[in-house]
Amino acid sequence: MPSFPEAAKSATGDSQLRHNLRKATHTIRAKRDGAVGELDDWSQLRAAGAAIKDRTLRHLDTYLERLEDAVTAAGGRVHWAADAAEANDIVTGLVRATGESDVVKVKSMATQEIELNEALAQAGITAYETDLAELIVQLSDDLPSHILVPAIHRNRAEIREIFRDQMAAWGVPAPERLSDDPRALAEAARVHLRERFMRTKVAVSGANFAVADSGTMVVLESEGNGRMCLTLPQTLISVVGIEKIVPSWSDLEVFLQLLPRSSTGERMNPYTSTWTGVTPGDGPQEFHLVLLDNGRSDVLADTVGRQALRCIRCSACLNICPVYERTGGHAYGSVYPGPIGAILTPQLQGTASEPEASLPYASSLCGACYEVCPVAIDIPEVLVHLREEVAGGSGHTAEKAAMGAAGWVFGGERRLGAAQRAASAARSLVPRRMPGPASAWTDTRDIPDIPEESFRSWWRREGAAEEAPEPGRAPGDGDEQEGGRR
Amino acid sequence: MRIALFVTCVNDTLYPGTGRAVVRLLRRLGHDVVFPESQTCCGQMHYNTGYRREAQKLAVRFVETFADADAVLAPSGSCAAMVRDNYPRLGEPGSRLDRAVSELAPRVYDLSELLVDVLGVTDVGAYFPHTVAYHPTCHGLRLLKLGDRPYRLLRNVAGIDLRELEGAAECCGFGGTFAVKNADVSAAMGADKARNAAATGAEVLCAVDNSCLMHIGGTLERQRAGMKTLHLAEILASTEQEPARV
Ligand code: SF4
Repeated sequence: MPSFPEAAKSATGDSQLRHNLRKATHTIRAKRDGAVGELDDWSQLRAAGAAIKDRTLRHLDTYLERLEDAVTAAGGRVHWAADAAEANDIVTGLVRATGESDVVKVKSMATQEIELNEALAQAGITAYETDLAELIVQLSDDLPSHILVPAIHRNRAEIREIFRDQMAAWGVPAPERLSDDPRALAEAARVHLRERFMRTKVAVSGANFAVADSGTMVVLESEGNGRMCLTLPQTLISVVGIEKIVPSWSDLEVFLQLLPRSSTGERMNPYTSTWTGVTPGDGPQEFHLVLLDNGRSDVLADTVGRQALRCIRCSACLNICPVYERTGGHAYGSVYPGPIGAILTPQLQGTASEPEASLPYASSLCGACYEVCPVAIDIPEVLVHLREEVAGGSGHTAEKAAMGAAGWVFGGERRLGAAQRAASAARSLVPRRMPGPASAWTDTRDIPDIPEESFRSWWRREGAAEEAPEPGRAPGDGDEQEGGRR
Repeated sequence: MRIALFVTCVNDTLYPGTGRAVVRLLRRLGHDVVFPESQTCCGQMHYNTGYRREAQKLAVRFVETFADADAVLAPSGSCAAMVRDNYPRLGEPGSRLDRAVSELAPRVYDLSELLVDVLGVTDVGAYFPHTVAYHPTCHGLRLLKLGDRPYRLLRNVAGIDLRELEGAAECCGFGGTFAVKNADVSAAMGADKARNAAATGAEVLCAVDNSCLMHIGGTLERQRAGMKTLHLAEILASTEQEPARV
């Protein structure tokens, strides 16, 4: 996996990708703005969302046990998975026990995080994605590049090609003369998926929320394909991160307002499905909940970073992010792209390797993500916090030396003055294009001319003179006064 | 009023004209300006790149330098935001630094805040007969929440012709060390900003932060767009007798 800057290089050079992304993110941004602007209590809702999540996370152990009891009482079974391998083993075992070798899936970040599809494939089980965008990604053997719209980087001409070339290998083929009209594309997907839903007896899902009081799982979606997955099969296995808990239905109410408006810019999402254990004669007759930790407890232990666990995966931060807009999701090299990915992935996976260590720097800290986040995650704060962790680790010797040198120069006004005089003296020697790391700047931008005289030297000569010096103000400075009050 | 100028390291070294403009402007309005010479840098670059300890040292220097000031003016939105927003995160709660910051930070202002909120002026008697587009900058917009203060000041400048900037709220892509660490993305963002700026047809792009202007201006220059960049202070300091050079 390349580091973010390397991966971003090819993305920024791909004009088709840039165009697709720009169009999609700007459209949804405007829609979100409209939907959020309709509510005059948005800031209170946002604060309430953050507070509920914080409170739940603080007492997560209590709520997890409450959830387990409620799910069990409703006829479901709860499994605890400490990491990806354990979760995959549990799910694989559960599917095997049904004797089936196919599962349908409703889009789920958690199963993508643990790479469940790959683990199932190794066990001879095929997982069929049923979310339209996820289907496109699967058919084209691609990776999702957006939380909500995994195929955001594709346009409809590309999608037609993918359907035409790949659908047959996975099931019902695409119609012979498929056009790239969105309705035709949707219809082709509908026919393809319908047959799959009718045939498959096991489903795997994630959940947007898990209500501790009643043991209820909640999924919000736009297409209804998720609801098919949740209701038609015999066995339902839900893999859910432990941070997805909300205590009660009245807490849920807050998020049912925050999520659709932030993510799709709708007042309400078209399908909200809830399921609680099993109901004899109706829906899946076997229900398993796999509660996934996979690094979340460690994130919880970090007092600055833990706010990332409030995330409700609305993707508003991706849609507003100027970096994401130019790179797309693949550059982040992680399941969670964009600003939230830049803080969540290094927290879940550590910053020991280069790709993860580069993620906290994949932001200009413009603050737009924090502004739109419906649960007020201060993403810039966490980014800087993680940068500290990265900078404090081994490596980065050149940068450390540069920062140290700058710190030394700024550590005394005399040193700064001397550095400024040296720069001014050499001003005619500064080339327009710089070698080494500075070339990254001068490749596309001119560097400013270095002025003849710094401000402080002007002040000494003229600035201060225009005014009577204050009594008792000692002239001159000096490093011996370092930290002194002039 | 006696105003302590925190000129900032970038302005001090690369844009001394901005500092001189601030001094001229505030004196014209009848205020005293002092420049405590022990000042150096707010530590924003260190802090944002993950070098907290270095940033801490500079924060200590800053609060000691300006402890006595009635008002501190930082003609750089991001530096003012560094002090007000990030300094409180630097000292342990209850520590000396923490206490000094909570005392001083509320008295640190960006130029437009100082003029509008503290000095109570929106018409500073400036004259600038040119077309101007204003770029709000991320820190000015989202951290300092400057709102329409800069526009109110600009609208009162005699002779000015203000143009609207498309995508004004979007980041220019400078981001301190981001411009070097993620040079390709930064350049792509800068190019879009420069294009929007040039599309206004204005002669001058104005902002309250020379770092952003350095990035956008450097891009404009490379593109030979023929558009100049100027700090808000230079426009506000400009008069018929002493016009700013464009
Ligand atoms: S971090 Fe906030 S804005 Fe981004 S996906 Fe999560 S909840 Fe949405």
